[in-house]
Amino acid sequence: MFNHLLSLLIWLPIVGAIPVLLAGSGRPNTARWISLLVAVLTFVLSLFLLTQYNAADSSKQLGESYLWIASLGVHYGLAVDGIAVALILLTSFVGILVIVGAWEVIQNRPHQYMAAMLVLEGLMIGVFCATDALLFYVFFEAMLIPMFILIGIWGGPRRVYATLKFFIYTFLGSIFMLVGLIYLYLKAGSFDLATLAALPLSMREQTWLFFAFLAAFAVKVPMVPVHTWLPDAHVEAPTGGSVVLAAVMLKIGGYGFLRFSLPIVPDASEAYAWVVIGLSLIAVVYIGYIALVQDDMKKLVAYSSVAHMGFVTLGIFIAFMLVRGAGNLDATKLGMQGAMVQMISHGFVSGAMFSCIGVLYDRLHSRQIKDYGGVINVMPWFGFFYVLFAMANSGLPGTSGFVGEFQVILASFQANPWIALFAAFTLIIGAAYTLWMVKRVLWGEVTNPHVAEMKDINGREAFVLIAFAAAVIALGVWPQPLIHLMDSSVSQLVQQLGNHKI
Amino acid sequence: MPNLNDILIMLPELYLVAAACLLLLLDAFMKPEQRSLLHWLSIAVVLVAIYLVISGQPEQPVRAFGGMFVRDGVAEILKTFALLCVALVFVYSRSYLADRKLYVGEFYTLMIFAVIGVMLLVSAGNLITVYLGLELLTLSSYALVALNRDSKLSSEAAVKYFVLGALASGMLLYGMSMVYGATATLDLATLHGAAAHTGVPNLLLFGMIFMIIGIGFKLGAAPFHMWIPDVYQGAPTAVTIFIGSAPKLAAFGMAYRLLEAGLGDLSAHWQQMLAALAVLSLAIGNLVAIVQTNLKRLLAYSTISHMGYLLLGLVNAGPEGYASALFYAISYALMGTAAFGVIMALARAGFECEEIDDLKGLNQRSPWMAFLMMLVMFSLAGVPPLFGFFAKFLVLQSAIHAGMLWLAIVGAVFAIIGLYYYLRVVKVMYFDAPVEGTEIKLQQDPALRLVLSLNALTLLVLGLAWGPLLGWCKSVFPG
Repeated sequence: MFNHLLSLLIWLPIVGAIPVLLAGSGRPNTARWISLLVAVLTFVLSLFLLTQYNAADSSKQLGESYLWIASLGVHYGLAVDGIAVALILLTSFVGILVIVGAWEVIQNRPHQYMAAMLVLEGLMIGVFCATDALLFYVFFEAMLIPMFILIGIWGGPRRVYATLKFFIYTFLGSIFMLVGLIYLYLKAGSFDLATLAALPLSMREQTWLFFAFLAAFAVKVPMVPVHTWLPDAHVEAPTGGSVVLAAVMLKIGGYGFLRFSLPIVPDASEAYAWVVIGLSLIAVVYIGYIALVQDDMKKLVAYSSVAHMGFVTLGIFIAFMLVRGAGNLDATKLGMQGAMVQMISHGFVSGAMFSCIGVLYDRLHSRQIKDYGGVINVMPWFGFFYVLFAMANSGLPGTSGFVGEFQVILASFQANPWIALFAAFTLIIGAAYTLWMVKRVLWGEVTNPHVAEMKDINGREAFVLIAFAAAVIALGVWPQPLIHLMDSSVSQLVQQLGNHKI
Repeated sequence: MPNLNDILIMLPELYLVAAACLLLLLDAFMKPEQRSLLHWLSIAVVLVAIYLVISGQPEQPVRAFGGMFVRDGVAEILKTFALLCVALVFVYSRSYLADRKLYVGEFYTLMIFAVIGVMLLVSAGNLITVYLGLELLTLSSYALVALNRDSKLSSEAAVKYFVLGALASGMLLYGMSMVYGATATLDLATLHGAAAHTGVPNLLLFGMIFMIIGIGFKLGAAPFHMWIPDVYQGAPTAVTIFIGSAPKLAAFGMAYRLLEAGLGDLSAHWQQMLAALAVLSLAIGNLVAIVQTNLKRLLAYSTISHMGYLLLGLVNAGPEGYASALFYAISYALMGTAAFGVIMALARAGFECEEIDDLKGLNQRSPWMAFLMMLVMFSLAGVPPLFGFFAKFLVLQSAIHAGMLWLAIVGAVFAIIGLYYYLRVVKVMYFDAPVEGTEIKLQQDPALRLVLSLNALTLLVLGLAWGPLLGWCKSVFPG
């Protein structure tokens, strides 16, 4: 079984979606239980990654490779390193929570909702496992189909606009990557990522390819100025869709930079690192201010996601200034590590924030901050979790939100104190917009009579929030296991950064 | 004098001619209520033809009737899939035709004659055979488009098709005569050698341009696409589905025979022309499709854009390019039959289901049909892991391989624009509520449902395992 662990992880949820669909609308409960079973099984399987994966070894492990298209030499190639393992665990963890979270909330054709979620989960795991660029692209694009359906059917009033924008935007970015990949294939005769990483490329080629990759991954992350699809998609998506989008899908953009831009076009990445760093800082500062003025809770968290993902791209690309400029390997590693920890942490925190907003939305059917106020009086337990996640979102020490941001700021300080200064702004702005929202939603007098009727969280909601809370605190207090898991892979990446291709 | 060997080489075609004549006779002596016998017999006839094509395939290309007729790997693939398309058309059409009182024997006979035309065309070894096959195909098609003779729209479409088709045939014939004048041969193999040594290269090029116009018309590539939307919309859907599938394979075969087998040495010239046709088709097809409200018209413009992608493969002018274009033609034929098949499965007496809005809320009425249509739409749009994506991937690759990176980028940009209208169909089916007071009744024909499901699921299966088909396509174009 362990020889095909990765394949199992990918295909179990996808194939598991078939019985869920067959269970049909007539027996929604059967469909729910089957999908929960599949999600739990996937999570349990993903836990075996921890025992099977040897964190001390920096090479890619648990590899599977079969000739997929003989006449082109394309392989169905899977393998993982520490970073991928962490992201797969995040995916399967969130996979359970969104199924539980949607249990009674989704009444309209729940079997289709659950099936779409499971297919999405399998495809996302596939993205993290693929070692063949074409296979990666297939998973990367196929992911859009279930998400398109999720937002479009179960979303809010402007769901059609939002989902079309989401699909077309992402497709626009990635098709240029496809052209770039074909170019690379014709040059290298293979889509294997390791082969492509070793392929010598002139600066001109690297520059074009760099921007092709940037187009794909910047849209996904999303970076300023191509982030505009995200607030729309988040606001209109059902709670589960928002959770998956924020917790896992955005990470795929960051992951793409690691797998494509860094190893394949390192010299162009270095030359244009300032572009990415600049855009990341704009995301951190300017988008932070935009988040401050939002009236809609989901939009606020969506913008805060853009700002937090700015740290991921900053951490990845600051590495170039450090390793090539100053040869400072330790700081490089710190920045890279910070970016990775931030990815995982943001997965938990943003997923939790969206789940909280979902809890409120299910009761009042409003996402407007002004409709709430004094929620703590009627929902004390909910208030507890909401404050905890808000603290994590603003980067309070002791929560997971702190670790990654702190590492990235430390690393950028060694590259350029000014960059660190701007990055550190997030500690103020992030606290401002998150806590101000908490103040307006939770504290104060109950002014809206509907708020007075709201009931505190039920067992199902408590399960979701407790799971997220446990992850957020565990990661904040004791990040060592996660850092250890990714350590050798990050070192390997940092080593690679030093290799010139020209 | 033709000997027995020649006849054996042409056996599938000769068999079909005989079978079509027998079916015609049989129909004349049969009561209308026995027509389903004719229906199943026709399907059997076509399936046997597929068997004859594949089983009698010689290892090496062979020629018959003094080089008039070629039987090689390219012809084998094209014939197999063209016949398969016709079989699918027969299965899908029965209840549709019966609902409209068009369930007549002529439909089957004309269809078989049309596919004989396709088979002759793709096996042509001589300019005369090209023309012969083409005329057999198009004359049968004109009659088929006019099958519903009481419909004004149908008749208009047929007249338009006939006039423009005759014009295009004239152009093609004129071009052929010029080429003959420049090289003094009609045989494609001899032409290939003679083209390089002609004393009048300008005359040859002049002829070639007219031949490309003829090919462009048959493919439906812009700017020779005018007939496509009207014919697609006006013809009964049972005929549209045919025009959208097998003749596309034939058009690829014709382009391959004329341009590669005949004028391969002039590829530097025709590559540029095809690139221009490709860009125009991509632009017109995708942009105009956006504003369509009629589903059949939308698919018509989508065909035009798909022919643009097919040309991207031909532009390469090498074995890889031809393989990718052939792969594209096959993928388009399978997607086209599935798309129109869904439309026919949803149509019933007095209701054509040809407006996009007719699909509103389909997911709530019939989740399975909606799912099949969604597969087709995502495949047409070129979203992985569906078949259509890999076809697009291969033609983009051959364009880049030919050094035309710009052309591939144009193709990529129009893929994004095209995405919009395919998504709109999915949106209508999945996100919109059904219109009150209307209902969607599925055709109850179990064969239709089963085969249509298989057809659409094939798009997914071939998307996951497209290696063997690609291998087959590549094997017939020796490097």
